[in-house]
Amino acid sequence: MRYLTYLFLGTFFGVVMTKSEAISWYRIQEMFRFESIHMYGIIGTAVVVGAIGVALSKQFGWRTSEGKEWNLKPKDFSVPRYLFGGIIFGLGWAMTGACPGPMFTLLGQGIWSIGLLILSATFGTYVYGVLRDRLPH
Amino acid sequence: MYDLIAGPWHWSVSGLLIALTMFALLYAGKAFGFSSNLRTMCSIAGAGKRVKFFDFDWKAQRWNLVFAGGAILGGFIAYYLIPNPEPVQLSAATLNYLDEAGVSRPGSTPGFSSFAPAELFGIDSLLSLKGLIVIIIGGFLIGFGTRWAGGCTSGHAISGLSNLQLPSLIAVVGFFIGGLTMSWLVLPFILQL
Repeated sequence: MRYLTYLFLGTFFGVVMTKSEAISWYRIQEMFRFESIHMYGIIGTAVVVGAIGVALSKQFGWRTSEGKEWNLKPKDFSVPRYLFGGIIFGLGWAMTGACPGPMFTLLGQGIWSIGLLILSATFGTYVYGVLRDRLPH
Repeated sequence: MYDLIAGPWHWSVSGLLIALTMFALLYAGKAFGFSSNLRTMCSIAGAGKRVKFFDFDWKAQRWNLVFAGGAILGGFIAYYLIPNPEPVQLSAATLNYLDEAGVSRPGSTPGFSSFAPAELFGIDSLLSLKGLIVIIIGGFLIGFGTRWAGGCTSGHAISGLSNLQLPSLIAVVGFFIGGLTMSWLVLPFILQL
């Protein structure tokens, strides 16, 4: 039953990403070329609404459906892991026009080469796991 | 009503609905972040036997895989059952750039998605150098970079910034350093291959 909830939420998200065109390679190029407000508007609205909601949840002590605290653990501070990892992901994001969420949605749209993209992304994560102890974090 | 659903949706509506998705997951006791699914997939494939990083209880992450499965289904429904009535309406400047770079405009390849150029993502493109570079190297960079950074657009840009996390801001700055470098300096060369 709980899994049905996640399936529904994922489906909702896939529809939103498609209807917002955020899964489009073209929109990502347009964003990195600063030629439209579209993607900045989407991410900006999500962050502003998200920040207001998270602040309210802390203010009023909102709980999860099981009565626990929301999963908002602070992230450990460091610079290299976020900066270097972020730069590498950014290179891939601008190249493919896809991030890990939209990859799945694009597969549902019948773009079969995306299946290979998901495989190579999984392989990239595997290689990170192998090299992890030798990378600065 | 149908036209309203078929889209495209205004960016403010889309942003609001993405935030609502995040809240729904938080209410369920989870966190919004797609890239951890890639780690889970490595574990399921048995990587935990060789590499400690993948030796964890992936079953606790099944909900996220189901969520990703839903994202596939949502793409199918939104694309095939209630298609967007028109191709992506890009700014004139971006169209100009596409023409100069020799990339087809949205919707100009019959029978192929109007969300991505067929030269890079059509099944034939897997036989071309630029198509292979984008799919194989691009995918690798996404998988490697998101895990090193500990998150992607959903985990850092949306969830992390909403929670005012400085590490997420550093990650997003990184996303843009990488993205701008690729878009302005590297991709134009790849497109010429």
